[in-house]
Amino acid sequence: MFPKYDVIVVGAGHAGSEAAVGAANMGSKVLLVTMNMNTIGQMSCNPAMGGVAKGQIVREVDALGGYSGIVTDETMIQFRMLNLSKGPAMWSPRAQSDRWLFAQKWRLMLEAHPNIDFWQEMVTGVVVKDGRVKGVYTGMGMQIESEAVILTSGTFLNGLIHIGEKQFGGGRAGEREATGVTEQLVQLGFESGRMKTGTPPRVDGRTLNYDRMEIQPGDEIPSRFSYTPTELPSKQMACHVTYTNTKVHEILRSGFDRSPMFTGRIQAKGPRYCPSIEDKIDRFADKDRHQLFVEPEGWDTCEIYVNGFSSSLPEDVQYKALQCIPGFEDAKMFRPGYAIEYDFFQPTQLGINLETHLVKNLFFAGQINGTTGYEEAACQGLMAGVNAHLAIHEMDPFVLKRSEGYIGVLIDDLVNKGTKEPYRMFTSRAEYRILLRQDNADIRLTPLAVNLGMQGMDKRMEVVETKKCARIDIEKFLNKTSVTPDQINGFLGRIGSAPLKQQVKLKGVLLRPHVNMVDLQAELPMLDAFLNGYTAESIQTAEIEMKYEGYIRKEQEMVNKMNRLEEVKLGDSIQYAELKSLSSEAREKLSQLRPRTIGQASRISGVSPSDISVLLVHMGR
Amino acid sequence: MTQTNLSDTIVALATPTGVGAIGVIRLSGLEAIPIADGVFPSKELSKQNSHTLHVGTIRQPDGHILDEVVISLFKGPRSYTGEDVVEISCHGSNYILQEVIRLLIDHGARLAEPGEFTLRAFLNGRMDLSQAEAVADLIASSSASAHQLAMQQMRGGFSGEIQALRQKLIDFASLIELELDFGEEDVEFANRDDLKDLVGKLRKLMQALLDSFKLGNAIKHGVTTVIAGRPNAGKSTLLNGLLNEERAIVSAIAGTTRDVIEEVINIQGIQFRIVDTAGIREAEDAIEAIGVERTLEKVRQSSILMYVFDVIQTQPEEVQADLERLYQPGMHILVVANKMDLNPYTKYEHFFPSEEKERALQPAADPSTKQKEPVQLSNWVPVSAINKMNIPHLKEKLHEAVINDKVSLDETIVTNARHYQALQKADQSLADVLKGMANSVTSDFIAMDIRQALHHLGEITGEISTDDLLGNIFSNFCIGK
Repeated sequence: MFPKYDVIVVGAGHAGSEAAVGAANMGSKVLLVTMNMNTIGQMSCNPAMGGVAKGQIVREVDALGGYSGIVTDETMIQFRMLNLSKGPAMWSPRAQSDRWLFAQKWRLMLEAHPNIDFWQEMVTGVVVKDGRVKGVYTGMGMQIESEAVILTSGTFLNGLIHIGEKQFGGGRAGEREATGVTEQLVQLGFESGRMKTGTPPRVDGRTLNYDRMEIQPGDEIPSRFSYTPTELPSKQMACHVTYTNTKVHEILRSGFDRSPMFTGRIQAKGPRYCPSIEDKIDRFADKDRHQLFVEPEGWDTCEIYVNGFSSSLPEDVQYKALQCIPGFEDAKMFRPGYAIEYDFFQPTQLGINLETHLVKNLFFAGQINGTTGYEEAACQGLMAGVNAHLAIHEMDPFVLKRSEGYIGVLIDDLVNKGTKEPYRMFTSRAEYRILLRQDNADIRLTPLAVNLGMQGMDKRMEVVETKKCARIDIEKFLNKTSVTPDQINGFLGRIGSAPLKQQVKLKGVLLRPHVNMVDLQAELPMLDAFLNGYTAESIQTAEIEMKYEGYIRKEQEMVNKMNRLEEVKLGDSIQYAELKSLSSEAREKLSQLRPRTIGQASRISGVSPSDISVLLVHMGR
Repeated sequence: MTQTNLSDTIVALATPTGVGAIGVIRLSGLEAIPIADGVFPSKELSKQNSHTLHVGTIRQPDGHILDEVVISLFKGPRSYTGEDVVEISCHGSNYILQEVIRLLIDHGARLAEPGEFTLRAFLNGRMDLSQAEAVADLIASSSASAHQLAMQQMRGGFSGEIQALRQKLIDFASLIELELDFGEEDVEFANRDDLKDLVGKLRKLMQALLDSFKLGNAIKHGVTTVIAGRPNAGKSTLLNGLLNEERAIVSAIAGTTRDVIEEVINIQGIQFRIVDTAGIREAEDAIEAIGVERTLEKVRQSSILMYVFDVIQTQPEEVQADLERLYQPGMHILVVANKMDLNPYTKYEHFFPSEEKERALQPAADPSTKQKEPVQLSNWVPVSAINKMNIPHLKEKLHEAVINDKVSLDETIVTNARHYQALQKADQSLADVLKGMANSVTSDFIAMDIRQALHHLGEITGEISTDDLLGNIFSNFCIGK
């Protein structure tokens, strides 16, 4: 009934969809198996993509040929560039999407791909022969063959939903859980664990009083995630901000004795940075209010997502507490928030290409690896898809360095350190974030995807080349063009910058604090005329690289220094168990993870700098 | 470092060769106890408790007694190297010690490479890197102060201070990271003035540590002390007086010392590298000109200047002029009035009559570094080098110059060049932080410099990982939508 596939992707969320795209764009024949074809690309939680560090990831996924950026751009109802008051490394795109359109767009894009087939059914296990994966077993007892399998199970593996004292199996509100896979993998020798996450209640937007909240409109000129010229919305919807208060906290606290979190029914670890509202008021009892974001779920629906109010308290407690929030006095609830526990596999069981150590050609991506977030899932999916293709053809894995992308940071962290709580990306996890900006993801990564032989990258590469040339041209222009005191002193005076005494080169003015290209452009017609031929993105990158050249260079030097450690290869023959000088934890971790380089070893949790010195001493350095 | 086989049992003499009533031979490794058992028939060491002493005899294979010894038994991991260690205290005869070591090698031990015991201690987790370095210093230390310093570093005083510094900086960095990663949320922002304050405090602390390096280094390698003065002022005689030997060629002909002569003397536990120099005057030939240039060069590099002059031949104006030529900010001056036997009534006031003249010596630039008046009565040392008159007083003054002038030895002192460099880089990064703040650079760039500072401090002890920052954030701030 089925042809033989190169890659079977199990699950069609953000990881699964990108995995299918990654493998298919490399040329593999892909079967995408999902329990429900109506929920392909579903946003299970917040109807938004991007945010600090996450927005950078979406742009990286796009730069590597993934679809998340395009889908987001074409379905957004609001766009904001976060952190504009901070430096360019922190600028982070975030978009609110129409939940329905988002899923629809994803499905249509996948359907349009000639290399992707679909099958709707639950996968109950993987076919393994001689330590190599050969396909999947399905709930109806079928066996579908493939060379590689990518598991992207999200919260579905033995998913257990908690609301107050009630608990029931389920992978998502209204959908059943998936069974069988964990048990089989454990039998094969994998170690599984449990994670927990949660989602807030959804309410009826028609019953909210927005006058009592602060409005949070989108950016006047929306920007985009994709480096391709996607269509952006001509209008946007506003979000709103409101706050909890002591009354709300009091009501919530009254339900603590029925909270699955506090009574110990949930044992699994939830994310510390995305705590439930009950967790916030419990742990930070001195705070008398917490911020809530009131976010629409789409153009046409009245459903509202109450961001910041994630809860697994009993539904009546949630409801009563909601009604004490300013603007929510008459709120009707569509569904309560809930917590969900699900199986994951400690990602230290994976190689740096996301392939399992135990079973060849079996890949994991997304929440199964202990991560959280659509963006984190999407990028793992894409990398797993590409690497599955490469593994089938016995080619070198595609690995991004920590200095090349947040994706590199994420995967390196996961496979070397594992995670104790759902792993979310932060800019502070990246040691080279000045280099890993949202404006240059294409320059960093698109050439790598082209080298891999990824399909459909020609247009993207053209954009990169144009951008690189623009950067040089623009700098040249600023270096040779002078500006007179007459032309600019008025502007400098207005921004509190010292006036010029004689004419200087334009670049010198740009490099001053508080001066930016957009303002200069408005002030100087000749500059405006020159820049007319360049895209806003090219100008932005050129400006950033000129203005922060010193910092960028410093960081690049650090990268070069660090890469020297990355080049010290650790052979397979090292018997870590016999190196008494290592801490016992380091001995165990190094034996288990077998890092490829000293650099990788240095990032394994439990491996201390003195352990690294020992390794260097041992290797005769 | 070459790859050494860590499964061997190693042996070496643990006390200096040559002298001493007792010589200690140390064995370390898996086979240390069986090997010792093979030469020590008096008791079966493998059945004895750790940390015990055993008296008995070392016998050669033919049964001949080689020596009567005391054996100290340390079973791993509670030993210096973390392995089984046997220390054999023999009588301090070179012959006996060599024979015992040979015997142990015959029984399966290998002669240790230099530093191999410490290497093993480090590799077995018995000490961290900075402690291991301190041990190396301890072994090499040749004076009491250096020994004290090395001991102090081993006990972790230095690591402790750095650790405290780092923790403050991590808190600082966490605040900035919080602002960066969670700026969209309802979080408190780092107060820039507080941050500036904190960086200022940190830099002050680091500056103190950096300053201590000069002294630390001096104690380890000796304080450079230059004897300079006009030809025939008696510089070489003074050096000989200090050394109690005829090291320099002395003659009544001006310009006898054409090259730079260097000697080491130990005054109350501190080493001084005393440099005798050619006299300063308008040189009459090329060779002498080079000598004078070298003198000035040496003076520039020294911590203490002993300016020697002949109380009979030299005019006050000439003394002033010389000092002006020689004085460098930050150096300690001793004005040695020589040939006092020829005019015992010479007084300080004759040569430094008024306040104004002293002031003239004060370098005009750099008012921020509060230099003491370079020449005061307390720096005036009348001697007669040829009669060794008042030389003990001069030695006292030299010792004082190091001890009183700078840091007390009880404080943390940085002696290791690697540490010094790391501190310097950390300080540079913090300076960049301040510079960035002054230029209203956004906090992502400032965070970069803070991380750099943390990284450099991490080079001294432990390492900062971003997990520390996030952990700090999560435990102290309510974040997350």
